[in-house]
Amino acid sequence: MFPEYDVIVVGAGHAGCEAAVAAANMGSKVLLATMNMNTIAQMSCNPAMGGVAKGQIVREIDALGGYSGIVTDHTMIQFRLLNKSKGPAMWSPRAQSDRMLFAGKWREMLEAHPNIDFWQEMVTGIIVKDGMAKGVHTGLGLEIASKTVILTNGTFLNGLIHIGDKQFGGGRAGEKAATGITAQLESLGFESGRMKTGTPPRVDGRSLDWDKMEIQPGDEEPGKFSFTDTPRLAKQRPCHITYTNSKVHEILKGGFDRSPLFNGRIRGLGPRYCPSIEDKIDRFADKDRHQLFVEPEGWNTVEIYVNGFSSSLPEEVQYKAMRLIPGFEEAKMFRPGYAIEYDFFPPTQLKLNLETHLVKNLFFAGQINGTTGYEEAGSQGLMAGINAHLKIKEEEPFILKRSDSYIGVLIDDLVNKGTKEPYRMFTSRAEYRILLRQDNADLRLTPLAKGLGMDYLDERMSRVEEKNRKILEVQQFIRNMSVSKDDMNGYLERKGSAPLRQGMKLEKILLRPGINLDELSEVLPDLKAFLDQQDPEFVTSAEIGMKYEGYIRKERDMVEKMNRLESVRLHDTFDYESLTALSAEAREKLTQMKPMTIGQASRISGVSPSDISVLLVHLGR
Amino acid sequence: MKHLADTIVALSTPQGEGAIGVVRLSGPEAIAICDDVFFGKKLVNQPTHTAHFGTIKNEQGHIIDEVLVTLFKNPKSYTGEDVCEISCHGSSYIIQQVLQLLVRKGARTAQPGEFTLRAFLNGKMDLSQAEAVADLIASESASSHAIAMKQMRGGITNEISKLRQELIDFAALIELELDFGEEDVEFADRDKLKQLILKIHSYIKNLMSSFDLGNAIKEGINTVIAGRPNAGKSTLLNAMLNEERAIVSEIAGTTRDTIEETLNINGVTFRLIDTAGIRDASDKIEAIGVEKALEKIKQSTLLVYVFDRTDMNSDHVWNDIKKLVHDGLNIILVGNKTDAYFELSDYERTELSQGQRGQDRNVDWEYIETKYPIIHIAAKNHDNVKALKDALYHAVLDGKLNLDSTIVSNVRHYDALQGAYASLQQALDNLSMGISGDFVAMDIRHALQYLGEITGEISTDDLLDSIFSRFCIGK
Repeated sequence: MFPEYDVIVVGAGHAGCEAAVAAANMGSKVLLATMNMNTIAQMSCNPAMGGVAKGQIVREIDALGGYSGIVTDHTMIQFRLLNKSKGPAMWSPRAQSDRMLFAGKWREMLEAHPNIDFWQEMVTGIIVKDGMAKGVHTGLGLEIASKTVILTNGTFLNGLIHIGDKQFGGGRAGEKAATGITAQLESLGFESGRMKTGTPPRVDGRSLDWDKMEIQPGDEEPGKFSFTDTPRLAKQRPCHITYTNSKVHEILKGGFDRSPLFNGRIRGLGPRYCPSIEDKIDRFADKDRHQLFVEPEGWNTVEIYVNGFSSSLPEEVQYKAMRLIPGFEEAKMFRPGYAIEYDFFPPTQLKLNLETHLVKNLFFAGQINGTTGYEEAGSQGLMAGINAHLKIKEEEPFILKRSDSYIGVLIDDLVNKGTKEPYRMFTSRAEYRILLRQDNADLRLTPLAKGLGMDYLDERMSRVEEKNRKILEVQQFIRNMSVSKDDMNGYLERKGSAPLRQGMKLEKILLRPGINLDELSEVLPDLKAFLDQQDPEFVTSAEIGMKYEGYIRKERDMVEKMNRLESVRLHDTFDYESLTALSAEAREKLTQMKPMTIGQASRISGVSPSDISVLLVHLGR
Repeated sequence: MKHLADTIVALSTPQGEGAIGVVRLSGPEAIAICDDVFFGKKLVNQPTHTAHFGTIKNEQGHIIDEVLVTLFKNPKSYTGEDVCEISCHGSSYIIQQVLQLLVRKGARTAQPGEFTLRAFLNGKMDLSQAEAVADLIASESASSHAIAMKQMRGGITNEISKLRQELIDFAALIELELDFGEEDVEFADRDKLKQLILKIHSYIKNLMSSFDLGNAIKEGINTVIAGRPNAGKSTLLNAMLNEERAIVSEIAGTTRDTIEETLNINGVTFRLIDTAGIRDASDKIEAIGVEKALEKIKQSTLLVYVFDRTDMNSDHVWNDIKKLVHDGLNIILVGNKTDAYFELSDYERTELSQGQRGQDRNVDWEYIETKYPIIHIAAKNHDNVKALKDALYHAVLDGKLNLDSTIVSNVRHYDALQGAYASLQQALDNLSMGISGDFVAMDIRHALQYLGEITGEISTDDLLDSIFSRFCIGK
């Protein structure tokens, strides 16, 4: 019934979809197995892509040939560039998506790919022979053969949903859990754990009083995620902001005795930075209000997502408390919030290519690795898809460095440090933030992906070349331009910047804090005339490159320093046990995780700086 | 790969004839090899930290020496391995015989620094402690010894770790507003952040300023003695050295063409550098001579300017000093031949003070004394030489030398501190200009990276190289 596939992807969420297209675009024959083809690429939680650090990841996925950015651009209803008042490393794109259009667009793009087949059924186990994955078993008792398997099960492995006292098996509201895989992997020697996450209630937009809330519109000039030729938003839908109050908190507290979070029924660890409303009230007792974002779920639906009100309290407690929120007095609920517990596999059991140490040709991506977020999941899926293909072709794995990308940081952290709570990306996790900007994701990564032989990246690649060229051109223009004090002093005075006593190179003025090209071009017609002919995105990158050159250079130097350790290879066969000079913990961790380089070894938790010095000395460095 | 499996051997006391020489063996076979040549108690059966008297015999059964073997069993030894220290009589011949015998029995001659390398590899010390060992071995005075000891016990590592933690806490405050800017959290007050950085900033500055002192103590304080030919410099030099003859040594300068004398005052080493460049001051000071003297003075912390009280008035002295002074130079004026001065008649003294050669008086002694200490001595009779020594000590160390505080004496540490200091300065500037927190955070990270270099938190190859190449054989 089935051919032998190159890659079987189990699960069709954000990780699964990216994994499937990445492998398929590399040339692999892919089977995407999902329990329900109607829920491909669901946004299970909030209908939004991007945000601080996450937006950078979506740009990176796009630069590497993934589809998340393209799908988002086609289906978003609002766009904002967050942190615009901060430095360019912090600028983070975020979009509200139309939930149904988003899933629909993904399915359309997957279906358009000749290398992707579909199968709707629960996968219950992996076929493992001689320590190598050879395909999957299904609920109907079928065996489907493949060279590699990628597991992207999300919250479905032994998923357990909690609402107040009630609990029932399920991977998502209204969908059943997946069983079998955890038990099989444990029997193969995998360690598994339990995590928890939650989602807020959805409400009827027709029942809300919008006038009682603050409006939060999208950017006047909306940006987008993809570096390809995707459409730009013409109109947008606004979000709204409102706040809880002490009365809301009182009602919620009244339900704490029936909260699965507080009475010990939930054992999995939840994310500290995305807490449920009851958690927030409990932990920050001195705060008498919490901010809520009221977000539309699409263009043509009245369904509203109450961001910040995640809860697993009994539904009637959620309902009563919600109706005390300004604007929500008459609110009708579509469904209550809930908490969900699910199995994950500590990602320290993986190699940097996301393949498991224990079973060859078996890859994990997404929440199964203990992460949270569509962007984190999608990027792992992409990397697992690429690496599964490379594994089949017996080529070197594709591994991104921490200095290349947030994706590199993400996977490096997961594999070397593991995670106890659901792992979300933050900009502070990256050492070299100023290099990992959203505006240069294509310059950083597209050439690397193209180097793998992905021909479908030709369009992106030629744009990268053009961008590099144009950036130099813009910078050259600015370097060559001189300005007189008469041109500048009015503007400088308004900005509180020291006036000029004589003419000066424009570049020097641009370097001053608080000065930017946009404003300069308002007072310099020649500059404006030149810049107006350029792609604004290229101009932005050119400006950042000049204005922050000092910091960029410093970070590059640091990367170079670090890369020296990254280039010291450690072989799989290195006998750490014989090095009594290493701490016992370091010996154990290094033996288990077999780092590829000294640099990687230095980031493994439990391996101390002196252990690294010992390794270096032993290697005769 | 370095072989910890070997047993290594070397002489641990200085080369050359001494009362005793200590040969140290370290490694898994240390006790067995020693037992093979040592005739006394069976060492392998003896407890750790015990000393045993016996003889060392060669393969022919001839006694080489009577020795004392001190036993340290792993891990309670300097290297963390089994260690035997054989104290033999200090003749070069005996020591060579013992070393060669031990090598024939299976020990390998240690590489420079290899004992300390092993101590490091066996987790007995961290990097900065290992560095301190090198300093300790090289220390020539009580003070430099004290600094090295403190560092070896983890002094600077602990201080820097504390600083790092404070900076990490600070960075966390800044990061909060970067990653959670969209959320409803309260951010740290900028002024408070500034206070926090200022505190750390000035602390690092203090550590840095301890470097000059630390370095001076480690290397000895360069002290130039200058004066005109008949001022009595040589007599003064001898007078100062005479009292400490026992610990005076002559060091033929390798890079300099002058002879240096070292003088130990209260445990601090002074390197006395003679200059003979200043000629008769009534004429113009000879250009080349001054240039030479100035060159020496530039490299010095301290200038002792000697003048003949019977020959020079305050103007002469002032004019000479003006040509020698530079920033950061401590100057002590020494009026010599005080005995002869008091034998002058009133008339002669008045004539001297008014200017023998008819110059106008510009500067009087009272004024000079407000600038520099003046010590009156009679070098010939050793009168008041003690007061001069005290003045030397106080001029450099007054109030600064407190060996309980951490003193930076290592160039690598100093460079790292300087890097951290500059990064924090940038952070302060950025905070003041209201520049976005992500740049401040970057500055802090750079500072952290620099501090990490001191404690070895970031191990780079050069760091290890530079540390382990500095050891002399035997330690």
